[in-house]
Amino acid sequence: MGNRVLLIEDEPNIIEAISFILSRDGLTVHTHEDGQTAMAKVLALPPDLIILDVMLPGRSGFDILRDLRVNDVTKAIPVMMLTARGQAKDRELALRLGASHFMTKPFSNAEVRDNVRNLMGA
Amino acid sequence: MVSFNILIAVALTYVAALFTVAFIAERRASAGHVGWLQSPIIYTLSLSIYCTAWTFYGAVGYAARSGLEFVTIYLGPTLVMIGWWWGLRKLVRIGRSQRITSIADLISSRFGKSTVLGVIVTVIAVVAATPYIALQLQSVTLSFAVFGQAGGQDWQDKDLNAAAIWVAVGLAVFTVLFGTRNLDANERHHGIVMAIAVEAVVKLLALLAVGVFVVWGVAGGPAAMLVRIDASDITLWQQSGGRWVSLIFLSAAAFLCLPRMFQVLVVENADERHLNVASWAFPLYLFLMSLFVVPIAVVGLDLLPPGSNPDLFVLTVPLSQGREGLAMLSFLGGFSSATSMVIVATIALATMVSNHIVVPLWLHLQADKGAVMSGDVRHVILLARRLSIAGVLALGFVYYRLSGGGTALAAIGLVSFTGAVQILPAMLGGIFWRGATRIGAALGLLTGLVVWLWTLFLPSFGLDAVISQTAMDAGPFGLHWLRPEALFGIIGMDPLVHGVMWSMLLNSGMFILGSLLSFPTPVERLQGAQFVNVFEHSTAARAWTTTSAGAEDLLIMAQRIIGSAEAQAIFQAEAVRQGKSGYLPEVTPEFVARLERQLAGSVGAATAHAMVGQLIGGSGVSVEDLIAVADEAAQILEYSSQLEAKSAEQARTASALRDANEKLTALSIQKDAFLSQISHELRTPMTSIRSFSEILRDADMSPQEQERYAGIIHDEAIRLTRLLDDLLDLAVLENGQVTLHRQTGNLAGLLDRALDAAGLHDGALEIVRQPAAEAVMLTSDLDRLAQVFINLIANARKYCDADRPKLKISVRAKGDAYHIDFVDNGSGIFPENQQLIFEKFSRVADQSKAGGAGLGLAICREIMHRLGGDISYLPGQYGAAFRVVVPKIWPGPGGR
Repeated sequence: MGNRVLLIEDEPNIIEAISFILSRDGLTVHTHEDGQTAMAKVLALPPDLIILDVMLPGRSGFDILRDLRVNDVTKAIPVMMLTARGQAKDRELALRLGASHFMTKPFSNAEVRDNVRNLMGA
Repeated sequence: MVSFNILIAVALTYVAALFTVAFIAERRASAGHVGWLQSPIIYTLSLSIYCTAWTFYGAVGYAARSGLEFVTIYLGPTLVMIGWWWGLRKLVRIGRSQRITSIADLISSRFGKSTVLGVIVTVIAVVAATPYIALQLQSVTLSFAVFGQAGGQDWQDKDLNAAAIWVAVGLAVFTVLFGTRNLDANERHHGIVMAIAVEAVVKLLALLAVGVFVVWGVAGGPAAMLVRIDASDITLWQQSGGRWVSLIFLSAAAFLCLPRMFQVLVVENADERHLNVASWAFPLYLFLMSLFVVPIAVVGLDLLPPGSNPDLFVLTVPLSQGREGLAMLSFLGGFSSATSMVIVATIALATMVSNHIVVPLWLHLQADKGAVMSGDVRHVILLARRLSIAGVLALGFVYYRLSGGGTALAAIGLVSFTGAVQILPAMLGGIFWRGATRIGAALGLLTGLVVWLWTLFLPSFGLDAVISQTAMDAGPFGLHWLRPEALFGIIGMDPLVHGVMWSMLLNSGMFILGSLLSFPTPVERLQGAQFVNVFEHSTAARAWTTTSAGAEDLLIMAQRIIGSAEAQAIFQAEAVRQGKSGYLPEVTPEFVARLERQLAGSVGAATAHAMVGQLIGGSGVSVEDLIAVADEAAQILEYSSQLEAKSAEQARTASALRDANEKLTALSIQKDAFLSQISHELRTPMTSIRSFSEILRDADMSPQEQERYAGIIHDEAIRLTRLLDDLLDLAVLENGQVTLHRQTGNLAGLLDRALDAAGLHDGALEIVRQPAAEAVMLTSDLDRLAQVFINLIANARKYCDADRPKLKISVRAKGDAYHIDFVDNGSGIFPENQQLIFEKFSRVADQSKAGGAGLGLAICREIMHRLGGDISYLPGQYGAAFRVVVPKIWPGPGGR
């Protein structure tokens, strides 16, 4: 099992925080900020785990998730949704679309780390 | 002695020469070489058809019989040309801009394309002109007889009749050949006009030659001539002032109303500037024509045996002195006068008869037969025109025969004038009085016609010819007050003055009364405005050159006039013809012209032109006129428009409800979106704060790292605070609990402050300003105003997506407010979002780059309302564009 994580998120401070947490846990973190080109980024170098925000510039995280799940190359990659939209219907939608896990912001660092470890180990 | 055969040969040669002149002129005109054919001199000379054989021969006879009274016949037109050229100009302009073809057409067009009026005027014109044409036939025939008798032949009545027939037939052929060669939309006849101009010169030269001969050859110089004139009783003042004035009025009015005069004055006029020359040249022509009348009359009375016909002095005086060449020239002059008048009068009358009687009748019959209207109506019109010419000349000949060619004819000239003059009230009223109506015109014309027939025309046939002696003396059916020469018991008046006075008085009276009591139709109103205000409306060219009207507008109008199915069929056919898909064709000038013709079938040519003109924008009616017409239509169609208003109101209400519903729905969606958004906006800084505080708590790190993460926590905390401040600010503004401070300051300074505060240090946004316009003082809450400006500038910085973002700030004073526009060069805001952006909690979805929660513009709008101003989005500016309207002097919070 590899250790590459792709973080698709547009808020600089949150990118920095998550990168710090996961790097400290021994993972390689790649980041991408734009929704429109996110799919191309994934296909160029398929990661072992994707952490996906919902409100992205250019394209919604839900749409990206839908694309990931119909593409043969990416459909097996675990995806953890991480969003400030914490409503129940968002969670339901994410899981129905095939998200591996759904987390809301703000989060505890330990929780992120544990969920990532679980998904990577699966 | 000149043999009669030579005379015939000379006459025929002269006609052949005229023929050639007309032919060449026609050829040049059709080849486009109009040039001198349209010179003002030719125009002036063509006006000389006013001087007919009646004037050429008759003026001398008139002078011999009645002294100086003949001068009135020249004075009338002279006064019109000199004193009323502006009225003529209006007439000519109307004629050109409305494509008037005859005086009947003028009256009919003016009063809403009324067929009935066209027929009435045509009848009046034909009845009044027929004796006049007979008069010309008589004078030509008599002049032949003079030569015949001088040659020793004994002329009998049958010879005269034969000559008259030949003359009539010859004139008919000439007129048909040149008067109906082709159908010109403007009814111009270059060949005829040219021939007439030549004839005008011939008759003037002839009369001058005879005059010169009489003064210098017979009398022995001007001095001797004056002595002879003094000795005669011609110069004695023999007439009442009333008759003098009546005659001047009559000849002036006839100059305008005679169909042939209208033909040359208005219809054949190529350029209204020609009137400038004609206004002095034509009076000069008349002056020269009248110069030798008195000498010829005086010498004729002296030289010739008592009982000789003074009407023929112009011929007989030279003949009696053995001057046969001069007599021949004089004959040609008289011949010219007669033929030119007959030709033009016949063309004018034939145009009227065929346009207003024959063709409508034919179309009516065709429609009854159910025949499909063929496109080729031209040959029918030409045939009608030719038959009408023959018919008019035949009428003249018949009248000549019936009246016995006797002296009764001599008096008919003035009677004829009076008949034609009946058209005057309707004509003048039509071009100067917008209130004139069709009913009024018809009443006036008919009244004038009847009074004229009764008081002048019928009695002119002689006693017991039409009206019995008893009726003349005691009135018809014993009605005393209806005696033809003493209407309403007015006795002792000159019959002519009596007839003129009553016919004009009753005619005008009925015209005015009828117009005041009746209501003009919309089409009449429209035409009335076009005629009365012709100088505001008219244009020189009648062709549509611009094509600014949308095909759709034209279609909508056409549907209103000729019905949806037919209009759509026409448009679709045209689109197919142009090879375009869809049902709307290209608006080409040809198509517009064709459409106009189609519409003209329903609403009349002038109205169709006006309506199309309104859409095309080439010419047409003014907005005021259209409003007047619309008012009219609204009154007439009151019920219908009320219904329309109601349904329009319902539609408006429904639309307003729909709008409100959509807005509510949108707001509700926006509100949901806002909750989501506000959640996101609050959670994002909180996420960073929580995450980094955990990092600081859990891990060992360098002081630099510690400082950096603490800084992030600090920034995000401030971001949170600002968001909460915005929410609070808006809540306070909305509840009106805000405290505003009234200050006075410089707008430029305020903008400087806002630009500083918006933090444009990176130079990413270029600012374009107008220092001059900004240098104004205003009184407001300057801090709040600056807040609005900052918001707009910051928005431009955040959202402007141009490669080189630029924000233009322009200031304009308007009324008691300043308009301050902020326009950037980005892609702007989608139309569907332009209203939503000012709603609180809204943030246009695809611009998530924004730092705020979509409260900025809502706050701005709230502030501007508090400050007595407004802020709005300006659509169509090729970028995001906001306008801030701020009062120059805000009275303060309580002053609203």
